[in-house]
Amino acid sequence: MKDKSMYIYGGIFAVLAVAPVFLNPYWVDVLNNVGLYAILGLSLNLIVGHAGLFNLGHAAFFAVGAYTAAILNTLYGIPVLWLLPVCALTAGLFAGIIARPIIHLRGDYLCIVTIGVGEILRIALINDLFGITGGPNGIFGISRPTVFGYVIRKPHEFYYLIGTFLMVTIFLFHRLENSRFGRAVNYVREDETAAEGSGINASHYKLAVFVLGAAWAGMAGDIFAAKMTIIAPESFNFWESVVMFAIVILGGSGSIPGVLLGAVLFVGLPEVFRDFADARMLIFGAAMVVMMIVRTEGILPQRPRTYALPEASNAGGNP
Amino acid sequence: MEEFFQQLTNGLAVGSIYALIALGYTMVYGVLKLINFAHGDLFTIGAYLGMTLLASFALHETIGPFLGLIVLALMVMGLVAILGAIVERTAYRPLRESPRLSAVVSALGASIFLQNAVMLIYGARFQVYPEDLIPETSIDLFGLYIPVVRILVLFVSLALMAALFIFIQKTRIGTAIRAAAIDQDAARLMGIDVNRVILLVFLIGPALGGAAGLLVGLQYGQINFTMGWTYGMKAFTAAILGGIGNIPGAMLGGLILGVIEALGSAYISIAWKDAIAFFVLILILIVRPTGLLGERVADKI
Repeated sequence: MKDKSMYIYGGIFAVLAVAPVFLNPYWVDVLNNVGLYAILGLSLNLIVGHAGLFNLGHAAFFAVGAYTAAILNTLYGIPVLWLLPVCALTAGLFAGIIARPIIHLRGDYLCIVTIGVGEILRIALINDLFGITGGPNGIFGISRPTVFGYVIRKPHEFYYLIGTFLMVTIFLFHRLENSRFGRAVNYVREDETAAEGSGINASHYKLAVFVLGAAWAGMAGDIFAAKMTIIAPESFNFWESVVMFAIVILGGSGSIPGVLLGAVLFVGLPEVFRDFADARMLIFGAAMVVMMIVRTEGILPQRPRTYALPEASNAGGNP
Repeated sequence: MEEFFQQLTNGLAVGSIYALIALGYTMVYGVLKLINFAHGDLFTIGAYLGMTLLASFALHETIGPFLGLIVLALMVMGLVAILGAIVERTAYRPLRESPRLSAVVSALGASIFLQNAVMLIYGARFQVYPEDLIPETSIDLFGLYIPVVRILVLFVSLALMAALFIFIQKTRIGTAIRAAAIDQDAARLMGIDVNRVILLVFLIGPALGGAAGLLVGLQYGQINFTMGWTYGMKAFTAAILGGIGNIPGAMLGGLILGVIEALGSAYISIAWKDAIAFFVLILILIVRPTGLLGERVADKI
């Protein structure tokens, strides 16, 4: 069983690795968007899927990362890829500051507060806060990323940059899922009171996972800014948060393959429905309802944790 | 000082509209613990239906403006209520037993569907209500000139809220709704048909939302297919502000939010108008985590 899934993932990886050779730039760009949303979905999955926190304002952290990169790059000329940790830091810090007083709120209260933070940030960006965000037109002229002196500008070059980032994300988040931290966060989601009773500081873990997810979205924002070279407040509206949220829940909350599949569906389906023109979003909305009814837990839900039974000889000594 | 009172009455009128919509959110949340994201779009549909019915029947010309508006409001409320029940049947009932966030995605899907349906039917541009409906005069109230339409909006929404309050508090069906909101299983054991209560809530909430849509159309004259999102979010904020699930809380939250927003955009900055509501919300939730009238829910162990 384990071997079979390894073959499937290996096959998908091999196909994706050579895909740009056979696709025209338009479809490579679609795949780039899938990759970017997959990274965002995975970062939100930590918050919504693993910790069960109701975050409908994830685009705000994405925006903080993108604007950090854009401002520092256009004003001081710092290369965008060097800014990755800075973007993570600013987005994480922003998330920490806003989440600290509200993280203990009941689920649905947290939902409206995260929506509110997203809207406040968007309005602040439009109103040109501190005179550095460029107002409704945003910031343009962000430079292309360079890797060892090689400038990345074509879609298929970005494909490998985003692909690498996505692979690193998948690897790290997979490790995180199976770590002590991941188990603790899942426990808090399942039963906060019981988790507290077992000595897990629930607020601490919730805050940590919120900040981590936000920081990751900030890094995705950096890549986004470098890819677009122009960013504006409207790229980070409520709709973006809805898409990220739906990717997680519809794909399968708490499950990495589920979130990846969700990103493919959410970015890919509108492309397929392109022929319907104006009715595209109508069909999209109906599809969301239908898919949720058919697969209430998401398409590929998180599998229950399994542990091998300890050998009879060393029972009790299981690490 | 006159400016202040003008903004105050304006804020109360807008706030009463928020309160009407907020009631739909809070009632649905009360019985289902679900945020009905499609509610804002039902409100939009109310506004559009009002416009269509006005144009096609011209009731205000045949049976007089006063009676005409009442009949119009009843028709809009009835139609939107039926639509609300259909949304519940198709998008929410199949997900009653599933994880709550799944139902939220279904609600968001329903919202996208309805919003785009309105856009496809009426077009993406702003639509205009007929102008000669309500006389554009102002009434002199202690030296303060208040437009008739503002008084109408305030009066109608307060009347609807009072009717709902009496219905919920004094009738048997209202008691059943309150019981189902407290504990569905216990209510079922007491012989209450919870499915019918939920259906009823999905008729009353959208009916009030539809009425609010009509009032917005009458007051501002302009409607757009995306307005459900702005009004819906403000109303949801109002519901949370008052303590979600709490009916008087939604009314109070709506009025407070409307007044703060009107005063804030007049005296602080109009550019930040849409952000003020959320600032107030965050501040209040930090001080009172369950909203103004919300009760503290004990954790069950």
